[in-house]
Amino acid sequence: MNLFTEAKSIVKLNIRDYGMYIALIVIMLTFTIMTDGLFISSRNISNLLDSAGYIAVLAVGMTLVIVIRHIDLSVGFVAGFLGAVAAIFMTQLGFSIWITIPVILLFGILIGCFNGFLIAQLGIPAFVATLAGMLIFRGALLNVTEDTGTIIINNDQFNAIGNGFIPSLMLVNGLHLLSLLVGVAAIILYIYSEISTRKNKMTYGFDVMSSGIFLIKLLLVSLIIAYITWILAGYNGFSWTMVIMLLVVVIYHFLTTKTVLGRNIYAVGSNPEAAHLSGINVKKITYIVFGSMGMLAALSGLLFTSRLQSATTTAGTLFELDAIAAAYVGGVSSAGGVGRVTGAIIGAVVMACLSSGMNLLGTGISYQYMIRGGVLAAAVIFDVMTRRQRA
Amino acid sequence: MNDYILEMNNITKEFPGVKALSDVSFKVEKGEIHCLIGENGAGKSTLMKVLSGVYPYGTYKGDIVFEGEVQQFNEINDSVRAGIGIIYQELALFPDLTVYENIFAGNEIKKGPFVDWNETVVQATRMLKKVKLNVTPETLIKDLGVGKQQLVEIAKALSKDVKLLILDEPTAALNENDSENLLDLLKELKSQGISCIMISHKLKEVISIADKATVLRDGKTICTLDAQKGEITESIIIKNMVGREIEDIYPKRPDKKIGETVLKLTDWSAYDTQLGRKVAKNINLEVKKGEIVGIAGLMGSGRTELALSIFGNPKNYKLAGELEVHGEKKNFKHTSDAIKAGIAYVTEDRKGDGLFLIQDIKINVSAAHMKGISKKGILNLNEEVKVGTDYKKSLNIKASSLEQVVGKLSGGNQQKVSLGKWLFTGPRILILDEPTRGIDVGAKFEIYTIMNELIKEGLSIIMISSELGEIMGMSDRIYVMAEGAVKGELAIEETTQETIMELATQ
Repeated sequence: MNLFTEAKSIVKLNIRDYGMYIALIVIMLTFTIMTDGLFISSRNISNLLDSAGYIAVLAVGMTLVIVIRHIDLSVGFVAGFLGAVAAIFMTQLGFSIWITIPVILLFGILIGCFNGFLIAQLGIPAFVATLAGMLIFRGALLNVTEDTGTIIINNDQFNAIGNGFIPSLMLVNGLHLLSLLVGVAAIILYIYSEISTRKNKMTYGFDVMSSGIFLIKLLLVSLIIAYITWILAGYNGFSWTMVIMLLVVVIYHFLTTKTVLGRNIYAVGSNPEAAHLSGINVKKITYIVFGSMGMLAALSGLLFTSRLQSATTTAGTLFELDAIAAAYVGGVSSAGGVGRVTGAIIGAVVMACLSSGMNLLGTGISYQYMIRGGVLAAAVIFDVMTRRQRA
Repeated sequence: MNDYILEMNNITKEFPGVKALSDVSFKVEKGEIHCLIGENGAGKSTLMKVLSGVYPYGTYKGDIVFEGEVQQFNEINDSVRAGIGIIYQELALFPDLTVYENIFAGNEIKKGPFVDWNETVVQATRMLKKVKLNVTPETLIKDLGVGKQQLVEIAKALSKDVKLLILDEPTAALNENDSENLLDLLKELKSQGISCIMISHKLKEVISIADKATVLRDGKTICTLDAQKGEITESIIIKNMVGREIEDIYPKRPDKKIGETVLKLTDWSAYDTQLGRKVAKNINLEVKKGEIVGIAGLMGSGRTELALSIFGNPKNYKLAGELEVHGEKKNFKHTSDAIKAGIAYVTEDRKGDGLFLIQDIKINVSAAHMKGISKKGILNLNEEVKVGTDYKKSLNIKASSLEQVVGKLSGGNQQKVSLGKWLFTGPRILILDEPTRGIDVGAKFEIYTIMNELIKEGLSIIMISSELGEIMGMSDRIYVMAEGAVKGELAIEETTQETIMELATQ
């Protein structure tokens, strides 16, 4: 088999997985051309990724919730409420961020587990249970901000989470050294893990892709990482938000693809009855997935509050729907059992690209909503069509 | 010249990998009761699905002539309009609606744009009289027994002016009394000129009611028997149904080594809180090492419920009595506890609650025993591929690759995946619920062979099956269940089909 036909068959087999990457590249190229390169500028890309952060972490959790055939509508106002609580902790109670952040994340887990209790233990449909949660936490947010209105946060450490960048160490030709090093480390780590996986497979005597294709793949992905690093290093380097996003993705990607827990989550989503009969504790998995969702909602609240440097009375409005949209654009299926964490991030970035690109072009907000809706519909249609082809 | 209401000529229907029907011809005369007979998987249901338009015109070869006209049914409604009514084994009624609403569901009597409920009730009462069902039309379906629900189904079909009524194993879930009533009703309908096709496994019924009987085997028409010529007798039917010596299907197991008791139930009961009744009643049962214990009984006799109550009780029945596994009293809180104790349960409904249809073969095989492919919660994906490959080879699972999605495999291969998944847990006691339902003869033989190998390795098997041949061909001992209770225990030597049937219909 020559390289071309092999590459073609790989793309054909994985069209569902590659589809959204291709879509992302197409969208980015389109905006770059339409804005004469303004879109792909270091500053814009950096802002775009930062603005995607608080939705991206929600989308990761939401993907798992949808994978197990549920939904969580409460996350938006949970994020808003916990963001406000964090602000109160720091401004009124004088807690440091080292206490505030873990406590807020813990609150998130507890709220998520309570949703899990309603859904797994009492058997209340997730839509209704979390709709109730949405109303309750909207009320709670208004309640805690009632006296003060918007709470301004003066804690520089905390505000850096949403606005700051990792230290640069020194500038090399106007590029930030530490960010460059992070990029180089990422490439090395990527190449190392790919090679060790391939070696491992070969020791088992399994088929692997030919060395030509393998090299091309390594080169391509490394180039993409290098390019992103180069763009970002030219502005302020990696922001803390990006670092947090990356950490969430890496950890959740590992959990979902390489652990028994991850496998059990997909088993429950594929067929809950079969999962139960296979000895998997479906209730426990439901608790874990909603608990993780709660924690990520808390994280989202922290990111958003920090980005605004204040807690507002309307924080969290429609976050849940943006997260659900990002998850669906990222390829999750409402029938359960299908959806990747990496997809959720790409979905969130696609949506952020659309907003950013259209803002640069000066597209009216009315059209922006319509176009984003259209993209969401297109993503789901693509998903349905490719699934039908496989079945 | 015969006056046929229905002629199905040279019907061939293929599924990916399986030829379900090959060149089947089937003719029904006006005003006769025609029984369709054959083992599970012979193609009876497929043939009826072709007839009723479930498989639309064009997905099969051959033609259907109904009342002298070639028909092209694209959907079920087309065949209903032509006057064909089909009543499936699983009744298609709305349990929370009333009898009259059910009878006219999808066929509402209207006055202008609105439903005329008064006329509906009047007509429903008339239909109920026709089927001799003595309930008020306002009764809810869920408050009726299965036998009466069956009659409501027939009333529903009659309300659509049916000319040909098809019943798929109508008496499978009925007691003797209800069965007789139903058969009497069919005879009465016949006298009113309604033709009837009945699929049945119960030969006694066939003999008592059929004017003609067509036997299908492995997707082919074997013969059509005529009652007037005295051809419809048990021996002739059985001979045509099996077409080979019964012993041939079941591999021999020369050296039986039956050991100590591995599983024991004492006065075991299970109460289903949702149904509000006992699904297993005071059961005493024993399984020994190296033994295949058959559990026979009709549909709904509580066999699956019994198995589930042993296997970690996933349906949350209220349990009473004692369960001993390897001499130890057990009280499983979850299916995972039962798996740990060395019990495996291969479900009867592999698509519904057995397999992860959207996942591939290797993921399914490892699903119940993640420990076998992981260390401290971290998966070894290569080990998983190895395990999958091993089972694919040893169980002879036919698939293009391990990455093939299980939903696309044939029934037999799906069943092997399901079996592989449970063998990977390393069980000592294997519960097989209808292990060969809906799979072809070749795959059946393979599964029987695997069962014998497992027994040789010292496993014990509890086999739940509705197929008498299978029960008698494979088991060492047989328990017969009916209405949630064990009605009798039979040693294989003293067992005949009749003794099982008698106990099962008690």
